[in-house]
Amino acid sequence: MSPALLHAAYALTHAPDLVRYGSKPRRELSKHPGLDAELQNALRDWDDAVAYPPNQTFVGNLTPDDLRSRPQPWWQHPVVDAPSEGPFGPIMTQAGLYGLLKAVDDFNLIVLGQPLAEEACADLKGRVDLGGRLGSVQGVTPGELAKMVEAEAGLPLFHRGQLAAFIRRAHPEDDTLKAEVLLENLACKATAALALFRALKDGPIKPDDVDYLFNTGEEAVGDRYQRGAGSLAKAVAEVVGCQHATGIDLKAFCASPVHGLVIAAGLVQAEVFDHMVVLGGGSLAKLGMKFRGHLGSGVPIMEDMLGSMAFVIGPSNGRDPEFRLDAIGKLPIGAGSSPKAIYQALVIDPLERRGLKMTDVDRYAVELHNPEITLPAGGADVPLTNYRTLGALAVLRGEIEREQIDAFAAQRGMPGFAPTQGHIPAGVPFLGHARLAMLNGEMTRVMVVAKGSLFLGRMTQLVDGASFLLERP
Amino acid sequence: MNLKGTKIIAIGEREGVTGPSLEILARSAGAEVILGFTQCFV
Repeated sequence: MSPALLHAAYALTHAPDLVRYGSKPRRELSKHPGLDAELQNALRDWDDAVAYPPNQTFVGNLTPDDLRSRPQPWWQHPVVDAPSEGPFGPIMTQAGLYGLLKAVDDFNLIVLGQPLAEEACADLKGRVDLGGRLGSVQGVTPGELAKMVEAEAGLPLFHRGQLAAFIRRAHPEDDTLKAEVLLENLACKATAALALFRALKDGPIKPDDVDYLFNTGEEAVGDRYQRGAGSLAKAVAEVVGCQHATGIDLKAFCASPVHGLVIAAGLVQAEVFDHMVVLGGGSLAKLGMKFRGHLGSGVPIMEDMLGSMAFVIGPSNGRDPEFRLDAIGKLPIGAGSSPKAIYQALVIDPLERRGLKMTDVDRYAVELHNPEITLPAGGADVPLTNYRTLGALAVLRGEIEREQIDAFAAQRGMPGFAPTQGHIPAGVPFLGHARLAMLNGEMTRVMVVAKGSLFLGRMTQLVDGASFLLERP
Repeated sequence: MNLKGTKIIAIGEREGVTGPSLEILARSAGAEVILGFTQCFV
């Protein structure tokens, strides 16, 4: 039985007032308090965030090819009358996010002020149904909130620049349970729940049909004795009512979602589980990660969105794209770390096992970081760099001429459109588009390739990577 | 290229040439690598 991608759901959540609690802004603002006003002035409002063409691409209202044909810079050419709903999922307001944080909080860590609670309920109504949990989205008076911020250990939370909520520290000495960490964990849980809710509302299976989940988000949920212990997968599944499911968290830096999809497809093929979900919630730590570069370049701070995703994997129905488990790519320890060695292992080796050429693949989904976020901060156009490397490999293999590298990149690649949230852009934002294109008969074969910077954890100098091939049945 | 007698700090990048790859290149040209690592800019 072949495993298939039965559904791909995504969500974006606007979080401008949480940018200050991203890892980089928090560190920079503590050293340079004068930066605060500059940061606040460079944040985008809701309408700009919704109308931003890469965000419309992420939720499926534009295709990557549509995005490529639009004038740049994208932030100066918004989509007219852009909706906050797409075929893949919603773009959620910040008030809605605060409501979700409260709704998924099982330990009374989050306290909302009354005005924010009312706005949150209004924004969530009709867009997400978390059973009775939305009933917990209630607030305290502004006076009570101010007293709490004064008296208790925790972090004040803001909405439109004003104090509007609070998150408590959960243990007096445990730094894994301090308010900053709990806020990151709850944000990951809340946004993953939003994507999972959407996947199970729009997809072919219901919450009770889910057997097992992998969470591939970036947060390390645990305590002082076991940092990163897990399992956010089970916590998210509980929120969405997957009563028959359990799950675990998988870790491989940004390559986690692709590892998760490969293992999930394998477990379905082996008939260990019928239906699996691979999840990823948003990374609050990466909000505003490149804000100094954006301030210096005079562009808005576009790292104000939490991305999230949920993929449903199950037995093939003869229509949805199938995972080719005879063409899985891994990056072995002995592979070497040059770009050529990495792509040999992740792209060429799996294709050769199937007897395929590089040009037999319609599209490659690589690291799909939005270049409009990376370039002003002194970084590269990451997808383009990857596509040129792939094109160069195709030249070395004699599949195309040297002069065709740019055409290869254009034809078999795409512009980056995902927020720079590590695991979110790692190839998988294209799965929703690929699934629709295959269902419509417009594509036959797509390869998804992700990399992970294991060296950042200081346990190895190695890079990791993983890939898979998706085919129209 | 001959880098004999040269001390090298090799700073690589994940999406380009990684630190260990630069170290191999530098050593093959005769340099002494005193520090090598990879950065991630995404």
